[in-house]
Amino acid sequence: MARLLECRLNGRDRTDAVADNILLLDYLREKAGLTGTKTGCDGGECGACTVLVDDRATLSCLTLAATVHGKRVDTIESLGVDGQLSAVQRGFHEKLGSQCGYCTPGFIMASAGLLRKNPNPTDVEILEALGSNICRCTGYVKIIEAVKFAVMLNAQGVPP
Amino acid sequence: MNKVVPAHNIGSYVPMIDGPEKVSGRAKYTADILQPGMLAGRIYRSPCSHGEIVAVDVSEALKVPGVMAVVTGADCDKTFGVLPVARSEHPLARDKVRYRGEPVAAVAAVDDNTAREAIRLIKLTVRELPAYYTAKDALAPDATLLHEKKPGNIERDVLFELGSTAQGFAEADLVREGTYNCAEVCQNQMEMHAAVAEYDAVRDRMTVHASTQVPYYVHLMLSQILDMEMSRIRVIKPHVGGGFGCRTETLNIELIAALLARKVNGTVRIVTTREETFITHRGRPETDIKLKIGMRKDGRITAVECDCDQRGGAHSGYGIVTILYSGSMLYAIYDLHNVKYLGKRVLTNTPPCGAFRGHGTVDIRFAFESLIDQMAAELGLDPFAVRRANLLKAPTFTDNDLMVNSYGLPECLDWVEKESAWKKRKGILGKGKGLGMACSHYISGASKPVNWTGEPHATVKIKLDFDGSIVVLSGAADIGQGSTTILAQTVAEVLGLDLARVRVVTGDSEVVPKDNGSYSSRVTFMVGNAALEAARNLKAVLVNAAARKLEARPEDIECLGEIYRAGAQDKGATFDEVVTEALKDTGTITVTGNYSTIPESHGGKKYRGAAIGGTMGYSYSAQVVEVSVDEETGVVTVDKVWVAHDCGRALNRLTVEGQVQGSVWMGMGQAMSEEAAYHEGLMVTANMLDYRVPTIQDSPPIEVGIIESNDPHGPFGAKEAGEGSLAAFLPGLTNAIADAIGVRFNDLPVTPDRVFEAIAKYKRTLEKSPKKNGGA
Repeated sequence: MARLLECRLNGRDRTDAVADNILLLDYLREKAGLTGTKTGCDGGECGACTVLVDDRATLSCLTLAATVHGKRVDTIESLGVDGQLSAVQRGFHEKLGSQCGYCTPGFIMASAGLLRKNPNPTDVEILEALGSNICRCTGYVKIIEAVKFAVMLNAQGVPP
Repeated sequence: MNKVVPAHNIGSYVPMIDGPEKVSGRAKYTADILQPGMLAGRIYRSPCSHGEIVAVDVSEALKVPGVMAVVTGADCDKTFGVLPVARSEHPLARDKVRYRGEPVAAVAAVDDNTAREAIRLIKLTVRELPAYYTAKDALAPDATLLHEKKPGNIERDVLFELGSTAQGFAEADLVREGTYNCAEVCQNQMEMHAAVAEYDAVRDRMTVHASTQVPYYVHLMLSQILDMEMSRIRVIKPHVGGGFGCRTETLNIELIAALLARKVNGTVRIVTTREETFITHRGRPETDIKLKIGMRKDGRITAVECDCDQRGGAHSGYGIVTILYSGSMLYAIYDLHNVKYLGKRVLTNTPPCGAFRGHGTVDIRFAFESLIDQMAAELGLDPFAVRRANLLKAPTFTDNDLMVNSYGLPECLDWVEKESAWKKRKGILGKGKGLGMACSHYISGASKPVNWTGEPHATVKIKLDFDGSIVVLSGAADIGQGSTTILAQTVAEVLGLDLARVRVVTGDSEVVPKDNGSYSSRVTFMVGNAALEAARNLKAVLVNAAARKLEARPEDIECLGEIYRAGAQDKGATFDEVVTEALKDTGTITVTGNYSTIPESHGGKKYRGAAIGGTMGYSYSAQVVEVSVDEETGVVTVDKVWVAHDCGRALNRLTVEGQVQGSVWMGMGQAMSEEAAYHEGLMVTANMLDYRVPTIQDSPPIEVGIIESNDPHGPFGAKEAGEGSLAAFLPGLTNAIADAIGVRFNDLPVTPDRVFEAIAKYKRTLEKSPKKNGGA
C-alpha cells in the first residue's frame, strides 16, 4: 500500500506518495535525492543515517517514512546559513573530525541535535550523544575536538 | 609597497581541501550515483563451504517479472587476483565453491526488492567436500586440496635463516619462547562495497565507478575478466569511505557489476549489505606465531626464531605478500642478526584475507614486543632500556638488505617516556592499573610495484591555462587519508601560492595519469615526490617567462608566489601576467613530474623472500598505554595513550595527527574487541554489533608526538604516517595489562571474558603454589 506523506523536509513542505514499508532512509536517498544521508549497515548498528526528526536525532534506517507525516525532517543538506558552514560542520572540517567522510553526516546530525537542545554539553553528554555512531577513521579524538569547537562557535552566534 | 612573501603551508595544520563536500553531504560516494534506468544488482552466494558445483539453476529467478539478466560462472571463465603469480579467483565460482559466501550467480533487476526475490529462487547443487576452518585442519596430511595446484593447502611457505641462530642462542643469557594467536580481523570501513557499471553497447565501452583504493588494478582486472581492450574501459573512483587495505585488490563486486551491465547492455549498480562487506573483507588473517628470542643480560637480542602460520582463506589474494612481509619486517626496526623465519600461508574454507593496515607486520610485532617485554622483566631491565639496547644506526642496510636512511625511533622513545612520566609513574599507579610500552614501524610504499612495467613509480601532471588556476592531475586515490590535500599542499608550497589557487583532479582514468594506487602508505612519499618534481618543472617554465617579461636572466628571477621579480627593487610581474607570458610559447601549459625508487631500496636477491619489505623510508612509532583492569568483571579500560610517530616530516600536522590517532585506535579494536568468528565457515560476526568496533565511549585520549627525522629521499623529508602506529598498540596494551595484574595475554583480542578467566586461573595458581612448596 502507498500513502501520501506530507512533511517539512529541510525547511520545505513536500508531499510524496510513499509505500507503507519504505524506510525514511530510502525515501530520503532514492525519492528525495538527498544522498548526504548514508547507509552504513544492515540496520541500527552504525549511526551513519542519523537525521533530525523534530530536532531529535533519529536513525532513518529504523524509521518508516510514513511515521514522519506532519513532522520536520532535517538532513545534512539543510545545515549552513547563507552558504556558509554551520558551527558543527566547521568543527568537523577545521578540526578533522572527518577523514573519509562517510560517517560524517550522521555524526554531524547527532551533534547538531545535541547542540539544538543543549548548547553547553558536558564531556559526558557529548560522548552519550555520539555513543551510537561508529567512525572507523579518526579514533574519535578529533571528533570530540570538533564538537567542542562547534560549541564555542555556537556560543559566538554561529548556528549549530 | 606591501611586502610580498610566498605562501607556505608545509608543516602547518591544514584542513582537508575536500572537507567542505564531506561535511555538507555533497561528497558523492559510489552508492550515491543515481541514474535513470539504472538496474539493481544482487549476488547469490554459496551456502556451502566446500563443494563441487553440480548445477546452478537460475530458471526460476529468470521468470520473476522485472529480472533483466542473471550471470553465473558460465558467463566468465577468466580469473583475477591482485598478484600476477596468484590469480586463482573467478568473479563467480565455476566448478567449485570454496567458502560460505562465495559469489555463485548475480541478478540485475528493475529494483532491489525484485533482485532480492530472484536471488532467493536460485538453486545451487553441490557435491560436498570436506571443509577446513583452521590452518591446522587444512594442513592435515590427508586433507582435500582447495586448489589442485597447491599441495598441502599451502599457498606459500617461506624459510630463511640469516646468520646463525644456533650461535646466537648460544651467546644468549636468557632464551624464551612464546606462542601467540591473533584472531582474524576485518577492515570494516564505513562505506559498504559498491560499484556502478555502465556498458555502452554501441561503442563497446565499459565505465565502472568503484569504491576502490587502486583504480588501475580495477582497470586491469576488468580488461582481463571482460576480455576487453583496456582502451575501451574507463574507471572512475568517486569519494571512497575508507579502505584500510581491503580495497587494494579488485573485488568480485565490481567485476560482477560489469558482467551484468554487459549482459543487459545498460547500467547496473551493486551496493552490498554490511554482511556481504564483512564476507568480502580481505582482512588480517588469523595468525599463529611461535617465537623464540635470545637475549644478553644487557638486553641485546642475540637470535630470533619465528614460526608463523596464517589462515589465508579460500583464495590467494595478497596472501603471498602478507606471509613474506611477516618475515622480512622482523627487520628494519632493531639491529637484528641471526634470524630464522618459517612462514606458511594456508588455504582454508573461509573468506579470503588480504592486506589490512600494517599489512603483514602487526601480529608479528605483537608477538615480538610481548616477548621482549617479558624477557626484560625477567632480566630486571626497564622496557625502554631493552629497546634502546637494540637500536639501529642509520643509514644502514639490514641483514636482509633493507635500506634504512632515517631512523627517529630513539626520539620516539624519548618522547613517550617523558610525556607519560614513565619513570615517575611506572609501578606506583595502584591496584589494577598499569603502564605498558611497545614500538612498531612500517614502509612508505613498496619499492617494487606489484605490476612491474618499467614505468616510473608515480607520475603527476600539472595543467596551467588562461584562468591562472593550477590543476594537478593524479591517479592517486584519496580514500579519506587526505592524499589529495597533500598533493595540493606540495604544489602550492613549491610555487609559493595559496592553496585556493590549486585544484586537484583525481580518480578518472579518462583524465588522470595512471597511479599504482593507495596502498602500503606509498602516496605521500612516491606521488608526493612526483608532485614535487612537476611543481618544480612548472616553476621553471614560469621563471623563464618572467625573465622574458622583466628582461632579466632566469637565475635572477625571484618567485614570491603571486609576484615574480628581478631583485628586491623590482616591482615585478604578477602571477597572472607571468602566466599570460608563458602561454605565448605553448598555449596551455602541461608539465610532468615522475618518481622512481632507487635500486638500492629494492632489496637484494640473496635470500628467497627475505627482502620483500624494501621501501624508500620506514616510519617508526613508540607508544605508552595506560590501563585500568577491573578484576571483578575483567573489563579493561584504556585510560590514555601516548604515541610518538616518526613521519620524517609532517607535511600537514592535522592529518598526521589524525592518521596516527586512527591507527592507534584501530590497533585498539584488534587488541580488545574485534574478531571475525565463524561457525562451520559461516561468519557469525558479520555485523557491527557482534563485530565489536570501539565506540566513542570506549575510546581513550590519544596524545600524538610528531618526530621529524627528515628522510633524505622523502618529499620535504616526509615518510608515511598512516599505518606505522597501529601495531605497537597491541603489545603496548598487553604489556600494560601484565604490569597491572601480573597476567600476560598472548591471544587476541583481550576480551573481558578472557581477562576474567585468566585472573581466576592466576588466583588459583597463587593459592595452590604455597601448598605445593610445603606452605607456611
